[in-house]
Amino acid sequence: MADRNEITQEMVLEQGNVVYQRPEALAETLTHYCPGCTHGIIHRLIAEAIDELGIREKTILVAPVGCAVLIYNYFDVDAVEAAHGRAPAMATGLKRTQPDKVVLTYQGDGDLAAIGTAEILHAANRGENISVFFVNNAVYGMTSGQMAPTTLPGQVTTSTPTGRDVKVHGYPMRMAEIIAGLPGACYVARRAVYDVRTVRQARKAVMTALKTQLAGLGLSMVEFLSSCPTNWHMTPVDALTWIKDNMAPYFPLGDYKVADEVQALQ
Amino acid sequence: MARELWKGNEAIAEAAIRAGLEAYFGYPITPQTELLEYMSARMPALGRVFLQAESEVASINMVYGAASGGARAMSSSSSPGISLMQEGLSYIAGSEIPAVLVDIMRGGPGLGNIQPSQADYFQMTRSAGHGDFHPIVLAPSTVQEAVDIMYDAFPLAEKYRTIVIVAADGSLGQMMEPAEMPPMRSVLTEAERGAWAVRGAAGRPKNVITSLFLNEQELETLNLRLQEKLKTIQMNEQRWEEVETEDARYLLVAYGTVGRTCKTTLREARKQGHKVGLFRPISLWPFPTPRLRELADQVRAVLVVEMSAGQMLDDVRLAVEGRCPVEFYGRMGGVMPLPDEILEALAEVEAKVKAEVEAKVKAKVDTKVLSLNLNL
Repeated sequence: MADRNEITQEMVLEQGNVVYQRPEALAETLTHYCPGCTHGIIHRLIAEAIDELGIREKTILVAPVGCAVLIYNYFDVDAVEAAHGRAPAMATGLKRTQPDKVVLTYQGDGDLAAIGTAEILHAANRGENISVFFVNNAVYGMTSGQMAPTTLPGQVTTSTPTGRDVKVHGYPMRMAEIIAGLPGACYVARRAVYDVRTVRQARKAVMTALKTQLAGLGLSMVEFLSSCPTNWHMTPVDALTWIKDNMAPYFPLGDYKVADEVQALQ
Repeated sequence: MARELWKGNEAIAEAAIRAGLEAYFGYPITPQTELLEYMSARMPALGRVFLQAESEVASINMVYGAASGGARAMSSSSSPGISLMQEGLSYIAGSEIPAVLVDIMRGGPGLGNIQPSQADYFQMTRSAGHGDFHPIVLAPSTVQEAVDIMYDAFPLAEKYRTIVIVAADGSLGQMMEPAEMPPMRSVLTEAERGAWAVRGAAGRPKNVITSLFLNEQELETLNLRLQEKLKTIQMNEQRWEEVETEDARYLLVAYGTVGRTCKTTLREARKQGHKVGLFRPISLWPFPTPRLRELADQVRAVLVVEMSAGQMLDDVRLAVEGRCPVEFYGRMGGVMPLPDEILEALAEVEAKVKAEVEAKVKAKVDTKVLSLNLNL
């Protein structure tokens, strides 16, 4: 067996042994995400799709406020940082003036389903030709675990210490279902990334969302059920199980809108 | 171009289009709605972007997005709508994106009314959003001046990578008068756009536009740079008009429509033999402080006239620094001060100054008499 130190990157490439590497659309840098958080997987799926479609040089990413606020550090694409919830409005300004570019928003549940509901609903209703990646982890992660609009009934957070009481705080909002009801939304799907099968399904959905935009069909959105081991006070593995056992029953995975034109793309 | 009859709001819209406006985003609100309506017809006809947004919050963030891509983008609104835009304005300022906004001011606070007002002075010059920044605020007093200011607003915003607000009251938006339009400029070419613009990282490192700087040293450095820029703007961009200030003993200070009303007052006062001058700030930020300070040394008193409870008044006091008395006459709630009211207020100021001078002379004489008596 050869000394590990003797194997160089060049040797691996020469031998054609590469089976896994950093997508070109991802920057080579450390991340600030907590161990076990699935933002990293979702970033990678989007980056892989950008590479596969060869659109890195014409992609503009709109960053949210929340845990993914620094997403522009992790992607090697042009990017802007929006105010909390306003990413779809900023994306509208970008896309309307640069229709040949691929404009993406990446938003959390607080960003998209609470403070930014007006912006996402109207962007969807106008059929803005943008792709929205919505990461739902049922909690405000960045501010350390308060109730989100998608927090499950009974779920304990730092602002619902006795659990979410739906009589006081209302019910978790099913955004994929709501947005699918708007004619301007062409492709709306909910996915998860808790095992290999769901990751693969999520990857396909990301590809479809981007292809929808490239074909100029209208708004595409993929909602991801994502984990927050830190604020859920769980191990990363338990957090993935919790998504499957608790989130997925309330937020069923599946396609909520596939317009005929999108169907034709697949 | 010939002089044509234009409504203020429409003239501003046409001037913006001729200035190379690429994208307009707005929301209806009286008394600026004609501006949006004009854009809705003219922009698509020219193959440019018009979009009626779901709110002023969305409008300003659409402007932020379009302008981040290096496009000449703008919005317009009136007072309550400008309040909603403060979040977006702060982000635009923090990330140093050139953008243009028109505020056709109406009566407040709250929903107020739709009559003309100048009560957004603080909001625009002092508190256009959280954090340390000032937009450039330019206040026209005629439709022609509004056209000229609007036409120059984009190059000015781009020169400093800052926000330019064109501030007019509702009467200027609604009135019709002759104005001459400048020639049509085409939209910016790719080569003319800022190298900072996000247009896809093709053959260059990525561009990132953000107002987030988590490291405190980095954010202070940004703030210091912003302050340096503001100082440069203060040095270079002060604008004002003076009327008969050479021999003035009393100085009217007013901007926008009220500045215009004060010209009528001035003519009447001069007819009656009073040496009255007018100082009309055009740039509300940066405020033309140095010139007003010079004039304060020359006059007996200053009378500030506004359609507010006295907001520019603070800037005038800061400029005058006690060199002469600063008096105020203002109307609120959409009431416009009339020339004869201002004349009356001016007469009161004159009488007050004279009474004070007489009192001083009398006090001096009394002192002399007293000392003479003591000598006896």
